[in-house]
Amino acid sequence: MSQPHTSGAMTESRWPSPPLSGDSRTIATLDGRPLLANTGIPLNLDWVQQVRVNTSAVERRAQTHSARRTVKKEWQAAWLLRAITCMDLTTLSGDDTYERVRRLCAKARQPLQQDLVQRLGIQDLDIRVAAVCVYHVFVETALDALKDSGVRVAAVSAGFPAGLSPLAERVNEIRRSVEAGANEIDIVITRAHVFAGEWQALYDEIAAFKQACGSAHLKTILGTGDLMTLRNVARASLVAMMAGADFIKTSTGKETVNATLPVGFVMSWAIRDYAQQTGMAVGFKPAGGIRTAKQSLDWLAMIKEELGDSWLRAEMFRFGVSGLLADIERQLDHYSTGRYAAEYRHPMA
Amino acid sequence: MSIADKFSTMEYGPAPEDPKEAVVWLESHRRQFGHFIFGAWQAPLQGGYFDSHDPSSGKFLASVAQGTAADVDAAVQAARAASPEWRALTPHARARYLYALSRLIQKHSRRLAVLETMDTGKPIRESRDLDVPLVIRHFYHHAGWAQLLAQEFPDQLPCGIVGQIIPWNFPLLMLAWKIAPALAGANTVVLKPAEFTPLTALAFAEICVEAGLPPGVVNIITGDGSTGEALVRHPGVDKIAFTGSTEVGRAIRRATAPSSQRLSLELGGKSPFIVFEDADLDSAVEGLVDGIWLNQGQVCCAGSRLLMQESIAANLTAKIRARMSKLRLGPSLDKAVDVGAIIAQVQLDRIRRLVEQGIAEGATCWQPDLRLPAHGLYYPPTLLSNVHPTSIVAQQEIFGPVLAAMTFRTPREAVELANNTVYGLAACVWSESINLSLHVAAQLKAGVVWVNCTNLFDASCGFGGYRESGYGREGGREGMREYLEPAWFKNAPALASSFAPVPETTPAASPAIDRTVKLYIGGKQARPDSGYSMEVRAPGGQLLGEAPRGNRKDIRNAVEAAHKAEAWAKAAAHTRAQVLYYCAENLSQRRAEIASRLAEVVGTSQANAELEHSIDRIFSYAAWADKFDGAVHNPPFRNVTLAMNEPVGVIGILCPTEAPLLGFISLVLPALAMGNPVIAVPSESYPLIAGDLYQVFDTSDLPGGAVNIVTGRAPELLEVLAQHDDVDAIWCFTNQTDSQAAKTLSVGNLKQVWTNEGRVIDWFNPQQAEGRWFLAHATQVKNIWIPYGE
Repeated sequence: MSQPHTSGAMTESRWPSPPLSGDSRTIATLDGRPLLANTGIPLNLDWVQQVRVNTSAVERRAQTHSARRTVKKEWQAAWLLRAITCMDLTTLSGDDTYERVRRLCAKARQPLQQDLVQRLGIQDLDIRVAAVCVYHVFVETALDALKDSGVRVAAVSAGFPAGLSPLAERVNEIRRSVEAGANEIDIVITRAHVFAGEWQALYDEIAAFKQACGSAHLKTILGTGDLMTLRNVARASLVAMMAGADFIKTSTGKETVNATLPVGFVMSWAIRDYAQQTGMAVGFKPAGGIRTAKQSLDWLAMIKEELGDSWLRAEMFRFGVSGLLADIERQLDHYSTGRYAAEYRHPMA
Repeated sequence: MSIADKFSTMEYGPAPEDPKEAVVWLESHRRQFGHFIFGAWQAPLQGGYFDSHDPSSGKFLASVAQGTAADVDAAVQAARAASPEWRALTPHARARYLYALSRLIQKHSRRLAVLETMDTGKPIRESRDLDVPLVIRHFYHHAGWAQLLAQEFPDQLPCGIVGQIIPWNFPLLMLAWKIAPALAGANTVVLKPAEFTPLTALAFAEICVEAGLPPGVVNIITGDGSTGEALVRHPGVDKIAFTGSTEVGRAIRRATAPSSQRLSLELGGKSPFIVFEDADLDSAVEGLVDGIWLNQGQVCCAGSRLLMQESIAANLTAKIRARMSKLRLGPSLDKAVDVGAIIAQVQLDRIRRLVEQGIAEGATCWQPDLRLPAHGLYYPPTLLSNVHPTSIVAQQEIFGPVLAAMTFRTPREAVELANNTVYGLAACVWSESINLSLHVAAQLKAGVVWVNCTNLFDASCGFGGYRESGYGREGGREGMREYLEPAWFKNAPALASSFAPVPETTPAASPAIDRTVKLYIGGKQARPDSGYSMEVRAPGGQLLGEAPRGNRKDIRNAVEAAHKAEAWAKAAAHTRAQVLYYCAENLSQRRAEIASRLAEVVGTSQANAELEHSIDRIFSYAAWADKFDGAVHNPPFRNVTLAMNEPVGVIGILCPTEAPLLGFISLVLPALAMGNPVIAVPSESYPLIAGDLYQVFDTSDLPGGAVNIVTGRAPELLEVLAQHDDVDAIWCFTNQTDSQAAKTLSVGNLKQVWTNEGRVIDWFNPQQAEGRWFLAHATQVKNIWIPYGE
């Protein structure tokens, strides 16, 4: 993992994470094997072409997954807290303002009311979201608002959400956000490259973004809702990882279909295969459409099943969300009081 | 442990299903159950009670009655008493009852699921999401068949009183598969659930009362194998439907041989799970989870033999191991458990023994590092690699969470390995190529083939096996047929013990040139191995000629020749039709001389009629050859299920006495039209017809081996044919004694047996002697499931 940019950024020690290996460069493990941060590999077209995905079978897997796994009571509370710590709390609207972003950052620093934290007995966990995700123009505002909180700042970039501005401008946009201090950069790929099977062009584009990021984290949005087929999703995932993405991410949140569990399985399998082949770990960020606590548990369980516990950390997994936190708060409130909660009783973001 | 600790470990923690409602129900019966007979609970007449336990915890659940012959008799009497009224109801009235049953099961679905899990040890997820929804679907679907009975099954009668014996792996689902079609077909039922798992059947009994089902229509008796045996041997039972082990299936075949009871058997399997190099491997792994780890592998159609293409074997094996490491094994009532408890100690011992033997025979055993619960009967998911077809774990049904893995090089080898088994229940094919998938699916000897999916079931799609996996189908139209019989056949009188038609004319006086009739094997005339002939005499005693006396070696040769006639089965239906039309043409050419000879045995008018009807009948089956189509089912998934009518295989046919030519034609032609090679034994009353027939076949481009004719003593030849393990079906239309012998002797490979039950069939009446009834016996349905979507 590249070193955090700002002081006070999160470290692994904040969460008692599963033991990795003694090597400090190890960022995750898969079936006991230590994995390094992704530095990319040359484009392997044979591998991309060999991808096989059976849509019906994947859908069936996703459908039974939600029925196969559930967590209850204090385990559920613990998992929901984990979900909060993996959140990229996001605002990406045309009507965003500096004040709106500051409000979001305040919520990010203190996602749960103090009395709820006490009822749950989790003061020592110091629960905060992983990052706040905004447009470039708000990077400085967010950095300022989140100073010394450990919450990172992510900027969407590279012609987000369509990704269709000239390449040089997209690269410049990334550079500017990095210069402004963004810790993480969420970029979107040119979907046309996928439809045309122009894997080299896609690879080159992402590699250029990666270079522009420097030490900032690159999250590559595939726009899975646009790609339509799961085979496209798997192929684009592989190419993005080969080009050096630190994270692969499902959606911009602007497509008609955003993060779905079948897409999640296919991307997780791609990450697993890539780790097995290269010894490098890539993070995963589903974004868009995850609004309920129950959904977040399904996703966490999927990651636990397919990638393992070492992916259940903000370093390796994020939820790109705006409304999820409110539902998790209500569920935690219900857990701690036994009464069903009302959203208006919790401070809004 | 605090929330903070759990936040650190991210463990799942327990997620127990609350069994309260099921426990309340058990307590409301004071945890003791009698038999359910004529709508009421009856204490056992002689036997005592035995205990049912939760295999997941070992805890006592309830005592249930041990049924004896007296209890069985009472239940059968009840079913018989209820039968007339039940049959007299309109189809609509029966449909309303079935609809009520499905609605009530829906209303009580969670209690039934919990009870099922407590009694079987299967994970609650499976009872809740698979078993019970399929049960409800089955009753709904069959409410539909009940409604449509008169239109869709005209001129059919119910079998009558049906005895049904079900296994412990899917107790309520197997009950539904048995009871729903039986009731829809206007039968009444005596059902015996498995000794280990009687509880949901008893809960269903109460639902029958709640639905207002007339008393005696459904009767449930509990007990062990001896209770089942009493039911099988009860003379008042018209049909036995059994799901369970092949061993018990054989015993039932033997026990029911002396009677005219209908029989359907759904038996064991050792189903192949074939993964080609172009498959979605991650999804195939998930298919295995649904295949061999569903219900701890205690599933008759479990994909227990993994066949991997060599090029992807290492990769796939690694993926399987990774997935196995994530399987959660534990208390069956935990909602997040994948693998529950094994049904009983005896089964656990069997699994252990077989795995040990497999390892001793060279298999490499791999099990994930799982902690087994301290109490209850558990066995870890197990992968046996380096298994060879010779190993016991590749041949025997283990009925546990044990996968035996092998590799193959080519699609052809995959098919050979897949079919290298005595079973033929189900198979899975994983490949992203539709060409390859269907190419392989067509060649697999299995009643169900799942393409890129596993263990999908639906009431609209028949389920059942080839070979020793049993006979008959459950579900769909073909499943309904198992509970119905043609009305004319059910009411047909018994054949006279010896058939002696009076000749109407005396034969020509002048001596003819000696006519040499031989056997006809592999398209060639052959002298009998024995070197003996037998005299053929007219009813009046005149010597008509001599027919070769075939023996076991001639049958052996004929069966080998039949297997070499594969081209006939693979020939396009249009090609077969042309050959058959040509047979009719050539028979017509020679009608006069054949009729004149036949007249010496059956008289002129019958002889002429037999020729006339034979030509007509051949035309019918030439017509049918390309028209007895399968179906496309639409189960409630994004999927098509192709129900293909496939030939049964090599069929041995013993032709009836009463119409030497027309009887032969009426049986051999439907078999041929559907692509089955035949070994026909002509009637002993006039075996010389063979000489005329093979000349017709010879001149009609029928490929050698498609029809083989062996003349001789019917009982001797029947014995060899019925016992021959490479004969797939035997049709015996001589007499009741031979019919019984055919059933008894066929148990070696459990070949399909079809007989006249010693009844009269009017071969001159096409309503009886021609058409779908014959074609259905000449085919077996293979259901190929093909999910689609991109």
